[in-house]
Amino acid sequence: MNEMSIRMDNLTRDFEAEESPVRAVDGLTLEVPAGTIFGFLGPNGAGKTTTIRLLLGLLEPTAGRAQVLGFDTRAQADEVRTRTGALLEHTGIYEQLSAKDNLEFYARAWRLPKHERQARIKELLAGMGLWERRDDRAGTWSQGMKQKLALARALLHRPPLVLLDEPTAGLDVPSAAAVRDDLAALAAREGVTVFLTTHNMAEADRLCSRVAVIRHGKLVAVGHPDELRARAGGPHVEIVGYGFSDDALALLRARPEVASVKANNGRLVVDLHQESEVAPLISLLVGTGAEVEEIRRGKASLEDVFLTLVKEEQDA
Amino acid sequence: MLDDVLSVVWKERKSQFRVRGSRLRFLLMLFSPLLLGTIFPITWGPEWLVQLPPLVVATITSVILVAVMVPESIAGERERHTLETLLASRLPDRAILLGKLLVPVTVGVGAALLANLCSLIVLNVTNWQGKILFFSPPIALGSLALSFLMALLTAGAGVFVSLRVATAQEAAQILTFAIIIPPMLLQLVPLLFRDQMQQFLETVNGPQLLLIVLAVLVVLDVAVLLAAVARFQRARLIA
Repeated sequence: MNEMSIRMDNLTRDFEAEESPVRAVDGLTLEVPAGTIFGFLGPNGAGKTTTIRLLLGLLEPTAGRAQVLGFDTRAQADEVRTRTGALLEHTGIYEQLSAKDNLEFYARAWRLPKHERQARIKELLAGMGLWERRDDRAGTWSQGMKQKLALARALLHRPPLVLLDEPTAGLDVPSAAAVRDDLAALAAREGVTVFLTTHNMAEADRLCSRVAVIRHGKLVAVGHPDELRARAGGPHVEIVGYGFSDDALALLRARPEVASVKANNGRLVVDLHQESEVAPLISLLVGTGAEVEEIRRGKASLEDVFLTLVKEEQDA
Repeated sequence: MLDDVLSVVWKERKSQFRVRGSRLRFLLMLFSPLLLGTIFPITWGPEWLVQLPPLVVATITSVILVAVMVPESIAGERERHTLETLLASRLPDRAILLGKLLVPVTVGVGAALLANLCSLIVLNVTNWQGKILFFSPPIALGSLALSFLMALLTAGAGVFVSLRVATAQEAAQILTFAIIIPPMLLQLVPLLFRDQMQQFLETVNGPQLLLIVLAVLVVLDVAVLLAAVARFQRARLIA
């Protein structure tokens, strides 16, 4: 199998508009290693859905090219679609059909043998806790259940790669968490590569081993979430208490491990150059007469990373 | 390819007939043609079996059913946001299109045959003289051929309309107008070209005229279907 599930090389897509063409995807060059859960992050309108459509060969690139599982998305789109599963912007569930019939149709479309079809449908529906309601019309289900059903459909033919476009968008917190758990469990169990678009940073942080950030169709950053965090700043400590004098703050700023100190209403945020002991800093504060009530260690979230990257891009 | 077409047919059949309320809707759709296939034969008597009206009933029956089903199948699928997922599957464009056309055309032709069968039963029961009455061969074959070709033409037109509008309802409305207007315009032909038509009709008999009509329809069907296949492509369906 190809070492990289997805390769994009200067992938570009323009759409006709009234005044001038709109560039939805702008020169994306990116590789997605096989066997990873890869997060493709960006705000609404960043070009995530267009990228998925390009990868599935549903749209042709204006310039550049993409390879999925070693197949060119322009010339070999049928091969790409045969080997991938997809959950697109809308669930694509036939609401008038039962959940079982929804999967039965796509199992037929993917030419699963009859005996295997039934077993696979049962395995997926049971694994997601939907088997008991298999004969209900899908239209009577909650959005979270439909999303799970769509996820099951994407995995039905055991594809080596699944493309998921915002799989938890529009779900309430428990449903989103359930879909995330199912996704992580299924990806681990089935060993598939997952290419996941989202604007939910916490979701990417929880699920993805690598992430790429795009904005206005352009790649802003790519790497392991920890690598990106490092770009947004090092670890920090939040200290809550009383009596943080100017002298105490000056002493803290003079410490070699401290990058900066911000004080606000009895709350100090101390940015550190790297992970280091906090006890000496607390001793120093207490020595100046300050009273410390609470200490919290923290590191930049992917949300911080995203905002930092966007700001960097704007400044540039 | 055939397996793929049959997969789509399976889904279409389930979507159209295996859901709550769909059977009642279908029976209501069949009601008018069946009524036509009952009332007119009683009025006409055995003459019905050798005259042109059975062709008209068969054609109307198939066209109406196809005009109701195709927009639901194509524009409805877009409207419900299921088309993109279908296009993201491995099914070829042609298999999707053919599967979606096959069900309405089969239902349309089947209903036309049913309407004619209904008229045969009515005529045999009301005019029983010891032997079974049947359509004259040109009428029997003509009904079958006309209902099939007109169903196919309506389905092809339905594809174009469905791909250009946002909802199934809009598609059904436009398609209905598209079906009504050509027969109305055709009624102007005898008024505008009376002499030429009279001259032409003197040179051909009924079966010959029917063959000419069928030949024209075959050409139109092939053209419309080729154009529909060319239009129904992923790259053109996803904007």
